[in-house]
Amino acid sequence: MDAQPSLLKVTAIGKQFPGVQALHNVDLTLNRGEVLSLVGENGAGKSTMMKILAGVHTPDAGTIELDGKPIRANSVREAQAHGIALIHQELNLAGNLDIAANIFLGNEPHKAGFIDRKDIHAQASKHLKRVGLAFPTDTLVADLTIGHQQLVEIAKALSVDARIIIMDEPTSSLAQKETENLFKVVNDLRSQGISIIYISHRLGEVIELSDRVSVLRDGENAGELAREEISHDAMVKLMVGRDLSQFYQRNATEPGEVVIEANRLRTSAHPNRELSFSVRQGEIVGIAGLVGAGRTELLQTLFGITPAVGGTLKLDGNKILPRRPLEAIIAGIALAPEDRKQHGLVSEMSVRENSSLPRLRVDQKAGMIDFSAETNVANEAVEKMDIKTPHLEQVIQYLSGGNQQKVVLGKWLAMNPRLLLLDEPTRGIDVGSKQEIYKLMEELAASGVAILFVSSEMEEVLGMADRVLVMHEGAITGELDRNQLSEETIMQLATDNKAAA
Amino acid sequence: MKKNILGILGLFIFIFIFTAYYSEPFLSAYNMQNLIKWSSLYAIMGIGVAFVIITGGIDLSIGSVIGLVASLMALAIKKGWDPNFAVVMLLGLSLGIGLIHGLLITKVKLQPFVVTLCGLLVYRGISRWMTDNQTMQYPGTDKLDSLFSGKVLMGSFGLPAPLFFLIVVAILAAIFLNRTIWGRYLFALGNNEDGARYSGIETDRLKIVAYVICSFLAGLSGLLFAYELDSVQPAQTGEFYELYAIAAAVLGGCSLRGGQGTILGVIIAAAVIRLLRNSINLLGISTHLEYAIIGMVILCGVAADEIIKRVMARRRTAQVTTARK
Ligand SMILES: Nc1ncnc2c1ncn2[C@@H]1O[C@H](COP(=O)(O)OP(=O)(O)OP(=O)(O)O)[C@@H](O)[C@H]1O
Ligand SMILES: [Mg+2]
Repeated sequence: MDAQPSLLKVTAIGKQFPGVQALHNVDLTLNRGEVLSLVGENGAGKSTMMKILAGVHTPDAGTIELDGKPIRANSVREAQAHGIALIHQELNLAGNLDIAANIFLGNEPHKAGFIDRKDIHAQASKHLKRVGLAFPTDTLVADLTIGHQQLVEIAKALSVDARIIIMDEPTSSLAQKETENLFKVVNDLRSQGISIIYISHRLGEVIELSDRVSVLRDGENAGELAREEISHDAMVKLMVGRDLSQFYQRNATEPGEVVIEANRLRTSAHPNRELSFSVRQGEIVGIAGLVGAGRTELLQTLFGITPAVGGTLKLDGNKILPRRPLEAIIAGIALAPEDRKQHGLVSEMSVRENSSLPRLRVDQKAGMIDFSAETNVANEAVEKMDIKTPHLEQVIQYLSGGNQQKVVLGKWLAMNPRLLLLDEPTRGIDVGSKQEIYKLMEELAASGVAILFVSSEMEEVLGMADRVLVMHEGAITGELDRNQLSEETIMQLATDNKAAA
Repeated sequence: MKKNILGILGLFIFIFIFTAYYSEPFLSAYNMQNLIKWSSLYAIMGIGVAFVIITGGIDLSIGSVIGLVASLMALAIKKGWDPNFAVVMLLGLSLGIGLIHGLLITKVKLQPFVVTLCGLLVYRGISRWMTDNQTMQYPGTDKLDSLFSGKVLMGSFGLPAPLFFLIVVAILAAIFLNRTIWGRYLFALGNNEDGARYSGIETDRLKIVAYVICSFLAGLSGLLFAYELDSVQPAQTGEFYELYAIAAAVLGGCSLRGGQGTILGVIIAAAVIRLLRNSINLLGISTHLEYAIIGMVILCGVAADEIIKRVMARRRTAQVTTARK
């Protein structure tokens, strides 16, 4: 196998950002037709390393060799010319254009400057086939699910003859089905000799997919695992430098008074479905279901983003119907949203400003910002959530994905909510921090907070929930107590397979 | 929200010294008083539009609001209204205009560009119609005269009234933007409106407030301009002023993408624009070139600002590197 040099050989890469040594002396090799997984805690430097390979960032030190020849990619275009394509954590497609236009964006086949429409669609459908998508190439990208959009991104990479495709947390917003589909495509590509670098915090996926795993810790190489050495525990040990028990197991306590009670609540997304449920003090209730089952819409309705179109809602026995988030917040409800970039953060503001945003109103002095209270709030969030940031003034968009999510959680904890709504709370969060977040949820519950969380990760639902509401097409198809919980029953309810359930 | 205003300050000082060196009358008390007066007027408009730009919006109607207020004030005096009452009514009218803009933008969800472009046409038309498009004189109404266009003597140097208006407006605006929660909210929503809403910020209300502030300051400028000019031409007074205001805001560090801006930057930038006009006149450069020169300077200023920002970011990185070694 080692007769020919590896396809890609990265040596002693260093990269510095203001206040942060993101990478130090990092080595990496990639062979032909191999799936290499890159794992590590939040802020370990995974995305930075990949952005360097893809020409987004230039390294401060080190060399990159492709086919034994040193290369330098100073732009995404140059990297593509070398056959390296990066599929970002956040997708970069233009929703208002069709599939074909997106695939060839910036690389349109043309004749004397005029785009050749026929050619573009013929070629696009060829690439689409390779990723197993059967849509007409003039479908608007905005009309595709995220999973399908991702496949379009991959087709786009294939269109520039990428030999190395890098996927940064591709499955974090995919449904189970879509994930399986993606894996099939990845396996196909591998058999066609294309090399894949795969980043994920879902270690199960890593085990299933990888030929080799490379681990980063604090911007340095922490070790490498060959195919037969890959296991959950082995990876975790390298990532965090110690052993972690596999799953978090919750110690439920006796729940108290009912905090939130929904009676025949109807959301604007599914106006003919009536939802009735309640969550009590100290209770952690999970909402399971497939993507599109109306889980996010339910949380958004409780939080006043899209007001309910019918039914009643009681918080601590008092009727409320939040029409705006502020009303929900004043009533004691907090929501950590699913899409942190769009809804969770103000990306050009600092860690301090982001973590204090909802809290400012509470600490104000006749409209004036209480700056010392603000700094305290921010410091507390950083400490409690163990946020890796050089200082409070760091602009939030420069934090790693997982650390951004921690800021979102931190800012809501500062509000001491009665009811905490969490939409995919651990998306993009590393194993170690995940457990910290679980512990935090448990502490909050123990202090009397009612928690309602949506999760697509079965382990999380099984491990954390005292009770689970399963949703399907906007309706609650089942409610399971802890002792009734199993993956099968949840999946059956989620697909509304009543006979079996 | 610290912003680098050194660049624009440097530009101001450079043009100032340059003109002072080559033009004798530049430093005369008369010229200086004029420069201060007009810079202040421009800065008041600029501060107004800065609020709107920080939310990610735009207001193209400023010049027409100025024209409308100035024309109606003259008309009111001519019709024998109590001038004080007229002032209050007209300031109220400007607040109302801003409110309508804000409501159309947030509730009907029209684009700010469209709403205020229509405003530009509508208010100009109304001014011309109500005054029969006649040039109107401002007869002396002594108290208001000295309030809006009087001078406070410092020795022999008279500080023009608009300067004091500017000082009050600027201090209030700076406190609002930097010290109050609503100022912070304004920046947050300019940056990510959804994110702000999800944090419990009443984004619609704040945007309306921004348009109200902008139109109010335009109305106030209208009164100041009117008393300054002593006569009003309904078809022309205030024309293009929205562009000067926007230029001052942008040159002063506001990003049209929203979420950025400082009051001090806007004031200095307004002064730069006035100073340029003044220099062009005094240095004997063809006044036909005036627009071209102002346009070029703004373009260079904004470009330089961008470059300085990048260099600073790089230098910060370098410092960290050396600190580690
Ligand atoms: N553009 C940037 N400017 C400043 N700092 C940055 C920038 N990009 C990344 N960083 C910092 O570099 C470090 C590594 O970040 P990176 O995004 O590579 O982490 P990651 O391993 O992908 O983490 P996650 O799993 O949370 O996505 C972090 O401390 C981050 O804050
Ligand atoms: Mg990352």
